[in-house]
Amino acid sequence: MSEEAAVHVPMEIEDLGTEPITLNVGPQHPSTHGVFRMKLQLQGETIVSLEPILGYLHRCQEKLAEGRNYLQSIPYTDRLDYVCSMTNNHPYVMAVEKLAGIEVPRRAECIRVVMDELTRLLNHALFVGFLLNDMGAWLTPVQYALREREKILDLFEMASGSRMMCNYMRFGGVAHDLPEEFMPLLTKVVEEFPAFVDEYERMLTTNEVLLARCKNVGILPPDRAVAYGVTGPVLRASTVAYDVRKVERYSLYGELDFYVPVGTIGDVYDRYLVRVYEMRQSVRILEQVMKLLAETQPGDIQSKVPKTVKPPAGDAYARIESPKGELGFYLVSDGSEKPYRWRVRAPSFVNLTPLEEMCRGHKVADVIVIFGSIDVTMAEVDR
Amino acid sequence: MAGAELEGLRARMEKALPQGALQEVQADGAMQIRPNALLRAGQFLRDQEGFDYLSNVTGVDWIEQGQFEVVYHLYAMRRGERIVLGKDPDGPLGPVVLKVRVPRGDPAVPSVVPIWPSALWQEREVYDLMGIRFDGHPDLKRIYLWDEFEDHPLRKDYSPEEVQGE
Repeated sequence: MSEEAAVHVPMEIEDLGTEPITLNVGPQHPSTHGVFRMKLQLQGETIVSLEPILGYLHRCQEKLAEGRNYLQSIPYTDRLDYVCSMTNNHPYVMAVEKLAGIEVPRRAECIRVVMDELTRLLNHALFVGFLLNDMGAWLTPVQYALREREKILDLFEMASGSRMMCNYMRFGGVAHDLPEEFMPLLTKVVEEFPAFVDEYERMLTTNEVLLARCKNVGILPPDRAVAYGVTGPVLRASTVAYDVRKVERYSLYGELDFYVPVGTIGDVYDRYLVRVYEMRQSVRILEQVMKLLAETQPGDIQSKVPKTVKPPAGDAYARIESPKGELGFYLVSDGSEKPYRWRVRAPSFVNLTPLEEMCRGHKVADVIVIFGSIDVTMAEVDR
Repeated sequence: MAGAELEGLRARMEKALPQGALQEVQADGAMQIRPNALLRAGQFLRDQEGFDYLSNVTGVDWIEQGQFEVVYHLYAMRRGERIVLGKDPDGPLGPVVLKVRVPRGDPAVPSVVPIWPSALWQEREVYDLMGIRFDGHPDLKRIYLWDEFEDHPLRKDYSPEEVQGE
């Protein structure tokens, strides 16, 4: 461009102003982790407002459960957050055990903790992969995560007979004892997993693109996170060190030695880092539980529970630290074999509440990354 | 929560609320509150007692008594954080269970969104599936079902045979 032409650029173009536009994202979009719709109001490329629209996967699971007895609902919990079926079983059986006063043998508690922490490993590995997916690193990081997940799914299959819809925990214990081949493979997975996290971190933690897309994006201040009832890694990234495993000390967690990693400002990068550190802590927990498991009597995996559980009239709320946050079940019994009310407090659902607050003022492309950083499964949100 | 902790909280609640607002304390510690005292109770529990985290909001249809019940589960998150950091929590951690009963004919409960924004979507869910109105909610509309849907599926008298909107 000649100097003369540059002079003729109309200067008043900046004063022209732009009209706000409405942009629809989803419900079918590869980055919505299910079926989720966002109605964005944009000023240029900046988000002015965001209206989340959900319910596309709603199947009124809570009503379905009222028509079945307590046992028949366990497979339904698998399908809440289909990535983490083991941790979905856990609070449900805990709630029924609380309601009916059922004891759990120590070996079963050990097995439950093993399954919970394996689920956390696979969930967080997948989270990191999909977060990178959302940033445009299409499928390569996910492939690494899926490779590791495959080993954990093999373990699940050995124990429960199913890879993803495990349906493994029972009132008063677990469905089957671990087969002989389980422990050697578990030892191998636990030994090899830190090397995988290192490999992941070498490629990602100081990666320039990841830093540029994640640092200072989608900040959720700690007081807002507490007010919105956000839980799990998202809460801890916002510097609030709250972990149900430490607070409630359910199952064996009171005896185990592990740290609760927290972030520094609560941006997307902190959410990434907290999950990476949590994977390392889960490995630590697994190493300890494997020792405890070796001290227990094989076969002692379930206490005596009637075939059809009929808890006395009353209500109970049980919660655990699932990989996505606080997963709770609130059950009301009227003394019959079917629950009177069957309620799921889903972490994905509550964690999504502050989405608009996190996104406002950011660019369109950041919305996808911020949404991805919350780590939701829409099947659990919509129930 | 139980024992001395619960007794202490109950005494303080009774002092802070108007006479008769705390209707009943059940054996398991759940407190039944009169609907018009809910906001004062919430404000007191959050500001004076440190129950800053509303975990769960849900409704139960007691059709035989002709009532709906809204149940709130509260925890003290900042005190829980002290445990994680290896300090003395210095107070109860929860849960505090609040229950509010309203007649089935005209179910309306004050919204606790001004106190705990975490109720924002959970109250919408209860409204959608159970049909309980939350007065003062900033954006009370259906969350899962479409706006034209009639009836509320989690009510005990709901009949699923009549399929709406193919």
